[in-house]
Amino acid sequence: MDTQTPGEQTAMNQPEAPRFPFPAAPVPYDPAPEIRQLTAKCPVTKVTLPNDSTAWLVTGYDQTREVVIDQRYSRTLAYAPGRPVYGVEAMAAGTLNAMDPPEHSQYRKLVAGAFTGKRIEALRPQVAKIVDNAIDAMLAGPRPADLAHSFSLMVSARVICLLLGVPVADIGKFSEWSNTMFGDWSRPPERIAEAQAAIGGYMAGLIDQKRKAPGDDLISVLTDARDTGGKLTEDELVRFCFVLLAGGHETTANMISLSFVALCQHPAELDQMRADLDLIPAAVEELLRYVDINGSGFVPFSRITREEVSLGGLTIPAGEAVLAWYQAANRDPAAFGDPDRLDLDRPPRAHLGFGAGAHHCLGGQLARIELQEAFRGLLTRLPSLRMAIPMSDLEFREGQSIMSIRELPVTWDDI
Amino acid sequence: MTGQWRVAVAPRLCIGSGLCLGTAPDRFRSGADQRSSPIAVLIEPDDAVRDAAANCPVQAISLTDAATGETVSLMS
Repeated sequence: MDTQTPGEQTAMNQPEAPRFPFPAAPVPYDPAPEIRQLTAKCPVTKVTLPNDSTAWLVTGYDQTREVVIDQRYSRTLAYAPGRPVYGVEAMAAGTLNAMDPPEHSQYRKLVAGAFTGKRIEALRPQVAKIVDNAIDAMLAGPRPADLAHSFSLMVSARVICLLLGVPVADIGKFSEWSNTMFGDWSRPPERIAEAQAAIGGYMAGLIDQKRKAPGDDLISVLTDARDTGGKLTEDELVRFCFVLLAGGHETTANMISLSFVALCQHPAELDQMRADLDLIPAAVEELLRYVDINGSGFVPFSRITREEVSLGGLTIPAGEAVLAWYQAANRDPAAFGDPDRLDLDRPPRAHLGFGAGAHHCLGGQLARIELQEAFRGLLTRLPSLRMAIPMSDLEFREGQSIMSIRELPVTWDDI
Repeated sequence: MTGQWRVAVAPRLCIGSGLCLGTAPDRFRSGADQRSSPIAVLIEPDDAVRDAAANCPVQAISLTDAATGETVSLMS
């Protein structure tokens, strides 16, 4: 099949391809304000990426769902030989994330059972206990405390360690590596390669331990799927374990932290949650829609058109990269009335905080429970919890794909 | 060898993740509220439907043998 150049047929709609990512929004949990003009003009826009390649950026809600659900948009083709792979995308090579159904479905099935609603619900008391312990430690320590490290990262790390069977003591090492992997991709590639090798080596060691002494954790389950089911290669096994650990740690932690920051800017909504704890699940859903945890270096994973497609009124040829930008879609006025308002009473509608389609976030149900229990714990035990610095003083690690808050000083009244 | 399957999606459980639509596009559709439903309730055995049921984040899809009513195993 021929691949046409897209320039001609879309030149009228898309006179130039702006640089993406856009500069970070002034409010850390907001997506870049450019999405507003882009979506108003067209829900699909041609952009130029940092490596000078072009891609179709999707900012409309309906079109985003279409791209991530429709099998004519392929994740696997993003890794075709010779195709440049940008930034954190390289990390996903050879993992679940880089596969299409039906291959993807087979791999996902190996662990899906552990992440489904009922199994995760059964973990709720343990998550609540981890939250409680983190709050105990904060209460025993000085004020202000750093919510990002002493609570958000602590809780998400302990939960994922519990699920995967990773020793909690090792999480420090792991955090450092994942900051490199998810980090600023303008840094020397050797640093990134070193981190990749270190994580691979660590996981291989852990897998070895599970071989000798299996537990009821996910790494043991996957190791067994390889050893007795022959369902994974050793390399796939290592990458799979890494993705689970990486995917479940920084994302949830920063979602807890940034949600708290967002709520501090919305005191009426925070009061509403405190007054009615039954509102927490709905509030978490609205926060998942509203809070953008992507960092300034974030470029969505690309999907490649298998054939010519029509999307948002445009014709996109085969072989083009399409980027589904969930956080822009979550602020699409066509899908969510008054989208820039944090509205805890918003009528439920499937937000794209966990994406959609075959790759819908594997850990989504777990993240929900963690966020619900985190806020339940904080609001009941530390009702006066507040930020100790203005939002404009918050610092974030530069160029990360997932926004990484350096420190979130908080304080509270004596209790 | 195997007889037909009966496919059902529990609307109360469905969260509109679209996972089934992305996994077995010929077998599921979604409404205006993003919730999924089977295109046909009775189908010939289909691995993609089995995959969709196994991977549904909220286990909203049930798959039974149309003749016996027994649950179809989701691991293939």
